[in-house]
Amino acid sequence: MNILLITEQREGKWNPVSFETLAAAQQIAAQTGSQVAAAVIGKGVRGLAQDLTKYQLAEVLLIEHDLLGRYTPDGFSIALRQAIAQSKPDLVLLPHTYQVRDFAPKLAASLGKGMIGDCVGYRHENGRVIFVRQMFQGKTAADVAFSGTPPWFASFQAGAFRGDQIQSGASAAAITPVAVELKPEQIRTKPLELFREAKQAVDLTQAPVLVAVGRGIKAPENIPMAEKLAKLLGGELAASRPICDEGWLPMDRQIGSSGQTVAPKLYLALGISGAIQHVVGMKGSRTIVAINKDQNAPIFEVADYGIVGDIFELIPALIEALEKNKAE
Amino acid sequence: MKVAVCIKQVPAKDAPLRISESSAWIRETDIGFEMNEPDSFALEEALRLKEKHGGEVVALSMGPERAKQVIKEALAKGADRGLHVSDDKFFLLDPLGSAKSLAAALQKEPFDLILTGLQSDDQGFGQTGVLLAELLGLPHATIIMQIEAQDGRLRVKRELESGWFQWVEVPLPAVLTIQSGINKVRYASLKGIMAAKKKEIVTVARESLGVAHESTERVERIYVPQKTKKTEFITGSAKEAAAQLIEKLRHEARVL
Repeated sequence: MNILLITEQREGKWNPVSFETLAAAQQIAAQTGSQVAAAVIGKGVRGLAQDLTKYQLAEVLLIEHDLLGRYTPDGFSIALRQAIAQSKPDLVLLPHTYQVRDFAPKLAASLGKGMIGDCVGYRHENGRVIFVRQMFQGKTAADVAFSGTPPWFASFQAGAFRGDQIQSGASAAAITPVAVELKPEQIRTKPLELFREAKQAVDLTQAPVLVAVGRGIKAPENIPMAEKLAKLLGGELAASRPICDEGWLPMDRQIGSSGQTVAPKLYLALGISGAIQHVVGMKGSRTIVAINKDQNAPIFEVADYGIVGDIFELIPALIEALEKNKAE
Repeated sequence: MKVAVCIKQVPAKDAPLRISESSAWIRETDIGFEMNEPDSFALEEALRLKEKHGGEVVALSMGPERAKQVIKEALAKGADRGLHVSDDKFFLLDPLGSAKSLAAALQKEPFDLILTGLQSDDQGFGQTGVLLAELLGLPHATIIMQIEAQDGRLRVKRELESGWFQWVEVPLPAVLTIQSGINKVRYASLKGIMAAKKKEIVTVARESLGVAHESTERVERIYVPQKTKKTEFITGSAKEAAAQLIEKLRHEARVL
């Protein structure tokens, strides 16, 4: 089997999930007797392609064009279709990023093929590769298999594989340029500048302790209670997306795929169900405590300590215990 | 502007999920269903575009008979018409099969804009909007946090990761997928609920759309995920549990 990994970079900087997905590609290749090629797409990205030649790869495809400098779904799909026609992969793997979500289903569909997105792992069973992804916001897992003829497309979630487990090659992989034919009129959308919203008032990545609140906090009036607990623990207050969407806490307190990725020594999740989008932002924390009234909440999957209970009883109890400890 | 909104009906957030005997899906009896939350933001955005620029909002949903409920909810909030693509085995479709069916239903009349939520809270494939754009030959943009319409074009704010955003210009007609939190979703008024009773819902059977599709992927089984981490559960009264947790964080995990 030929596996093609499509890496992601923005303005010359790697998206690190590219390397996690490369590790996944190499592991699948080792188990299925396959070889892996990696593709770099953009404008002026030969240096990045060069970075990849040290890894164990059959080749590095260099997909360059002036019109690929800024990402567009049209430009990337057209160029990648040409790369696929040249390298004829059976399996195309991608990191599951917002950009991949934006073009990969279109790329696959333009070839009449399907994509299994947002996978957290795979199994090699009876000569087949089964992809594992989550459903129902992480409450269930699903085994998904491709049917029909290749190429097949799949993407892996951030944190599903370890980027430091990539195998280096015995000799440098060759760089193969792909001659891209792309005209300005084929690109229908016009990407403008990238920007960040209001300045980050707080840097949660530096906090040793984070107390994060989710939908279970119910009302903005209840947030000061959690804030008090965060202060007593010497930490900062954080939140899952719905809380920031409601405007109860500013966006710079948001943990997850659209917010911050953190790894404090202690992460206390209060009334957070643990949807994938949140968990990818905090699962690297050293110790995770989850308090939730639903014993089946997926947040308990990643928790070291769990309490099934009412946060409105437990937050005051924790505050009281910590204050008592301090006084002693 | 004539806007179609694709709305999925999914199990209610707090519904206790049990996996069916065949492991192919969940047991649908005894659980409540609701409008997929990201789709409710897409609907709200469609209603706001209509209020600002005029036009029409058509609510489209695919699924069994019960899916009509989310169409009725959309009509009560202000959508003008409903379109129900009926299929009792909708959950068996792969993302491409679903999108081909929705595309066939949408192709019957011209729309300026097609909106979807960014993903569903049940299967969570997150592909429908992008696939619709490809199948209908339209440009698209995804994970949108703001829409400005002027002179037959849209200027949309796309959310990237880690707090980054990007403005993108998109010509109409187009497909957008909407990020949760783009707006504050309205409630249906009593007047709206009454008015909805007179609004039309057209039902078409999915088989009647003449979609030729061979499944590209198959969900072989769903199951409760195996724990990768051993969670130590702390029990007792709130006071006891709090004391025990602090003790453990201090002396066992050594993080306090």
